[in-house]
Amino acid sequence: MALTTEQIAKKTEELKAFIEEHKNMPGPLMPIMQYAQESFGYLSLETQLIISDMLGIPVTEVYGVATFYAQFSLQPKGDNIISVCQGTACYVKGGAAVLAEVEKELGITSNQTTQDGKFTIQDTRCLGCCGLAPVMTINEDVYGKLTPSKVKDILAKY
Amino acid sequence: MTLEELKRIQAETLPQINMRHTHKTEENVKYKRQVLICGGTGCTSSGSNKLMDEFRAQLESKGLTESVQIVRTGCFGLCELGPIVIVYPEGVFYAQCKVENVEKIVDEHIIGGKIIDELVYHEKTTGEVKEKLFDMQFYKKQHRVALRNCGVVDPEVIEDYIAFNGYQALAKCLFEYTPEQIIEIMLESGLRGRGGAGFPTGLKWKFAAGNRGNVKKYVCCNGDEGDPGAFMDRSVLEGDPHSVIEAMAIAAYVIGADQGYIYVRAEYPIAVKRLAIAINQAREKGLLGKNIFGTDFCFDVEIRLGAGAFVCGEETALMVSIEGHRGEPRPRPPFPAVKGVFGKPTILNNVETYANIPQIILNGAEWFKGMGTEKSKGTKVFALGGKIVNTGLVEVPMGTTIREIIFDIGGGIPNGKKFKAAQTGGPSGGCIPASLLDTHVDYDSLIAIGSMMGSGGLIVMDEDNCMVDIAKFFLEFTVDESCGKCTPCREGTKRMLEILTKITDGRGEDGDIEKLEELANTIKTTSLCGLGQTAPNPVLSTLRYFRDEYEAHVYEKRCPAGCCKKLAKVIIDPDKCKGCSLCSKKCPVGAISGEIKKPFVIDQSKCIKCGVCIDSCKFGAISKK
Amino acid sequence: MEKMINLTIDGISVSVPEGFTVLEAARAANINIPTLCYLKDVQQIGACRICLVEIEKARGLSAACVMPVSEGMVVHTNTEKLRKQRRINLELLLASHNRECTSCVRSGNCELQALCREYGVKEYPYDGARKETITDELSPSIVRDNSKCINCRRCVAACYNVQEIGAIGVSKRGFKTQIGPIFGRSLIATSCVNCGQCIIACPVGALHEKENIDDVWAAISDPNKYVVVQPAPAVRASIGEEFGLPMGVAQTGKLAAALRRLGFDKVFDTNFGADLTIMEEGTELVERLKDKNAVLPMITSCSPGWVSYCEKFYPEFIPNLSSCKSPHEMAGAMAKTYYAEKMGIDPKSMVVVSVMPCTAKKYEAKRPELSNNGMQDVDYVITVRELARMIRQAGIDFTRLPNESFDSLMGESAGAADIFGVTGGVMEAALRTVYEIMTGKTLENVNFEDVRGTKGVKEATIDLNGTKINVAVAHGTANAKKVLESVKSGEKTYHFIEVMCCPGGCVTGGGQPIVPSKELQYIDIKKIRAKALYSEDASKTVRKSHENPEIKAIYNEYLGKPGGHKAHELLHTTYSAKEKYFI
Repeated sequence: MALTTEQIAKKTEELKAFIEEHKNMPGPLMPIMQYAQESFGYLSLETQLIISDMLGIPVTEVYGVATFYAQFSLQPKGDNIISVCQGTACYVKGGAAVLAEVEKELGITSNQTTQDGKFTIQDTRCLGCCGLAPVMTINEDVYGKLTPSKVKDILAKY
Repeated sequence: MTLEELKRIQAETLPQINMRHTHKTEENVKYKRQVLICGGTGCTSSGSNKLMDEFRAQLESKGLTESVQIVRTGCFGLCELGPIVIVYPEGVFYAQCKVENVEKIVDEHIIGGKIIDELVYHEKTTGEVKEKLFDMQFYKKQHRVALRNCGVVDPEVIEDYIAFNGYQALAKCLFEYTPEQIIEIMLESGLRGRGGAGFPTGLKWKFAAGNRGNVKKYVCCNGDEGDPGAFMDRSVLEGDPHSVIEAMAIAAYVIGADQGYIYVRAEYPIAVKRLAIAINQAREKGLLGKNIFGTDFCFDVEIRLGAGAFVCGEETALMVSIEGHRGEPRPRPPFPAVKGVFGKPTILNNVETYANIPQIILNGAEWFKGMGTEKSKGTKVFALGGKIVNTGLVEVPMGTTIREIIFDIGGGIPNGKKFKAAQTGGPSGGCIPASLLDTHVDYDSLIAIGSMMGSGGLIVMDEDNCMVDIAKFFLEFTVDESCGKCTPCREGTKRMLEILTKITDGRGEDGDIEKLEELANTIKTTSLCGLGQTAPNPVLSTLRYFRDEYEAHVYEKRCPAGCCKKLAKVIIDPDKCKGCSLCSKKCPVGAISGEIKKPFVIDQSKCIKCGVCIDSCKFGAISKK
Repeated sequence: MEKMINLTIDGISVSVPEGFTVLEAARAANINIPTLCYLKDVQQIGACRICLVEIEKARGLSAACVMPVSEGMVVHTNTEKLRKQRRINLELLLASHNRECTSCVRSGNCELQALCREYGVKEYPYDGARKETITDELSPSIVRDNSKCINCRRCVAACYNVQEIGAIGVSKRGFKTQIGPIFGRSLIATSCVNCGQCIIACPVGALHEKENIDDVWAAISDPNKYVVVQPAPAVRASIGEEFGLPMGVAQTGKLAAALRRLGFDKVFDTNFGADLTIMEEGTELVERLKDKNAVLPMITSCSPGWVSYCEKFYPEFIPNLSSCKSPHEMAGAMAKTYYAEKMGIDPKSMVVVSVMPCTAKKYEAKRPELSNNGMQDVDYVITVRELARMIRQAGIDFTRLPNESFDSLMGESAGAADIFGVTGGVMEAALRTVYEIMTGKTLENVNFEDVRGTKGVKEATIDLNGTKINVAVAHGTANAKKVLESVKSGEKTYHFIEVMCCPGGCVTGGGQPIVPSKELQYIDIKKIRAKALYSEDASKTVRKSHENPEIKAIYNEYLGKPGGHKAHELLHTTYSAKEKYFI
């Protein structure tokens, strides 16, 4: 979801306040980046520069962390986040075929966002509901015991 | 909080909830009945929250809110049958409970007192009706120590935990034992780390215990359960968070730490939320914070969220991650007991290890030693998944055989398929073939057969799974999750994956298998951390037990399991095909053609082996060969 | 007394101080354990796995560079198993390495190449996908070619740990791990100050200077160009190394001879510019000391890496920077004015080439502030390494050259100029002159020992006829940061600070010959090269810049007085705050 200039300005102020409050705790970088990721939906260059400046560390450190952990993203995500579980339990029960179908339907691959900004497919290792394998989630909704043929109808709901 | 207050809370709460163990309603209690609904991730995914809302609404409309209590618990273990509802005092177990059944349960069972036979669980293998959870085959061979409170207490209510002797182990440590005595108990109990490597917990504590009181120290909990297909730690955190907090406090008392960190995957939102609630409640009750139980012992805990990096389950990586860096492991020595988080002495144990500790303190080392094998004491929790009837969480004494876990507890393989292999240890472990099903699960036996205990993921594979493909799956995972710091893991796993891909694509050539072995050996012996050192295990163990499958791929360009797409052929059986044309309509590439009411055929040059036709055929005429 | 630890390495008993690593202990036994990611005093992380050794009774193999010794340890460094594993790991590195060795600037001086030879790598068995590669040639100073990067991270350690700049870092993970600036940017769009310490840390050809050899050859070959060359003080301290001559011996005479044989029209010396700098900078300091409203401390400005650092990281200190151009820029400006006028040469046809121990000088030469009448003061800057390549290309047998002198008018220098190339040298040279201006007395002992040596921050208090001034010398931007912070916080009061961007000063600048990491384990290159310059200084009869006869002449005939109008116009410059990262 694209943020408006006002929203960005407000969120930036909030981020600065959050950093100010947390910068003296031991190991503040990750919690601050997690806050920023949650707030903006991604970590832009501007956001990373603010964090680097206020913590007094090179921005390469922030960027290194941002690109190391799967949770952080450098680009805004789509309106709907699809996670097709690729954990072992789902894999042995055909999770890969489900993912392939989703990718085919949307014309994007994992960790990409559709051109219209509607969907992002996210790499996921084990959503923790192995009893429902193979599983995918779209936002908060869980779809279990999937086959590739069910994918199209599910996507149509969004 | 004083010890007396703790005892008072226990005395007040226990009668209210003891029916969960005794199956009897005690006198003078407010709630005559309790409805326990699983709020673990599995059951939440299958809709337990809606179920709970419906129960509330029903009880309200029937004026029962004052006599029937609804409790949201952690995981019962049988995720396959979720959402799970248990009605006490009888302890009747309603599996795969649906919203539309709630009214009936309330009317007939809760009000009418009649157990509803058609809604209770029927044993899948025998069809027997099992009214009570623990009568089930699934629970018969289990022994719940780490999971003792999961599915029994409300994890968001500290009183529930206290009722079942919660925080008494901590009190006992503070008032009755010196740190040295506790280390002795831990050593005597034989408890080994449940995170994978199996290092003796008491020894770990002993190394960090020196110079107590003079230096800052930390106690950490590893809740970064990264094995894709393992959810033991998550279930403990969701179902019984206080047991971990209490154990960390005990560890802190032993080594002289005043600060703890619980490192949990951010992907576990329910666990994080319950943990945060539990920490706050413990603080409010004075069980964390300054001068715990009026002693001079001070300890507090903070949650740190992992951000999606498997390698952070490695102890040094976890610590640098807490410090706020890229989660790259560093060489040891120095060991964390000397130089850990923020350069200070640190102990790190995993969730399940901690969950055992209060019980060991309360029941003694002898009790714990009474379970398990000579070198592996106690129990182990496994996350059973894959091609198995009862997917879920099981806790068995060490030494139980894999056969017992898969067939007696897990109910065997569904759809009449044949067992092929069991995978333990996730990306660090190996595949165990049918011939070794009688292996006892303990640290050393699993290592001996080329696998490892790991954190407890146990994935079952049947005849349709290709072992080369499974090895490739794990290598893909490792390549993705390698931190990139050391050469063999960064470069070598990628090359192994390339060779495996070549083989499963039908481009394998003479010498590839040997190259895989050579690389595996180099990565295993020269990698910096445990992730790299164990990354080749899935390949090495499948090569050890299923070499013929590799050879079939390389030399005969054939996938015996019919799984590898580029080697597979999708074929229509002309005897079964009714010529309905549905498959040809579904085929995304137009590879199927034929005349109506006559057998259809697939053009192999066009087929992309997507399998859509197989799913679409109503007559089972299409299959992969 | 420090505790000694006894251990056995390959059957040899050694006794080393507690805290030594196995790698250091092996050195004591004259055993060379191969390394790749290890760089003494810069990085020890045990990542490349080339230095693995077998230790009896230990679990698995251990990285010698990080493994501390312990009593009774039995180490094997050269077993069949280790040789094989080292070879396979080298083969793995090669699999994703751009193996165009023949055209690589580091061919023959590549640590990976050397190891592959040593371990008998004969084939590339694991060929497969290569990494996503970025070649960044936009910087005027540094070229990054990630197709050759082996992820050893020595450059990152140099930039991040040593210089505390962090323009490059490690990003992504696993096989996709990238070394470089954020968001795949070019170095020009980062906090990079062009010091080139990353280049001299790099074991392979993934980092090198932006070459200007072809430009220089073209100018020399052009009959219409009058090409003037000038080598920096620190060049004479190291050029011999490129041709196998002993380290720590200045080759001033051979250097002048080689430059002349390359075909330059005039061979001047940046040392002359250094003496000129002292005249101007010394005068500026004296004026600032006399003026109650002047900004103090004054900070030297001859190191362009440091100037960039100040502009990007501490713009509040820009008023403290001396307004003097750096020595080669002054010399360039004088060549195109004073010398051109005197000889009747059209300055537009003149090309000034500087041979520098420095990559930041390449950037500096392009600064618009450093020009006069629309002409840059200096046209091309080449590093010591580029000069050595040119000498080889020209077939000049450097080792057998006679000693020659620099050309007159701008070729003579005082000893004070030689030591510009070492940390503390500019300070010492300035003090020699400032002392005499302020006191009117002759300075008898010209050696200011307090500001010599490789300590990170050096301090001294100098009595100038009753006026006591506090001076500080910092080398490496991390030490500069320390000094600036101590000034900012009010903890320290200085009058004059010398800052050199590179640790050790110009003798270990980013344009200097690259010493293999193996050798750096045994020697302190900063000290050895410094020795060469201090001996040059000591061997001269004229030790003070203001006593250099050519300097006296230029003021008499052309500039007027130091700090005067003409000097200001030609020899001084301005600075401005710059963004580390523009968005």
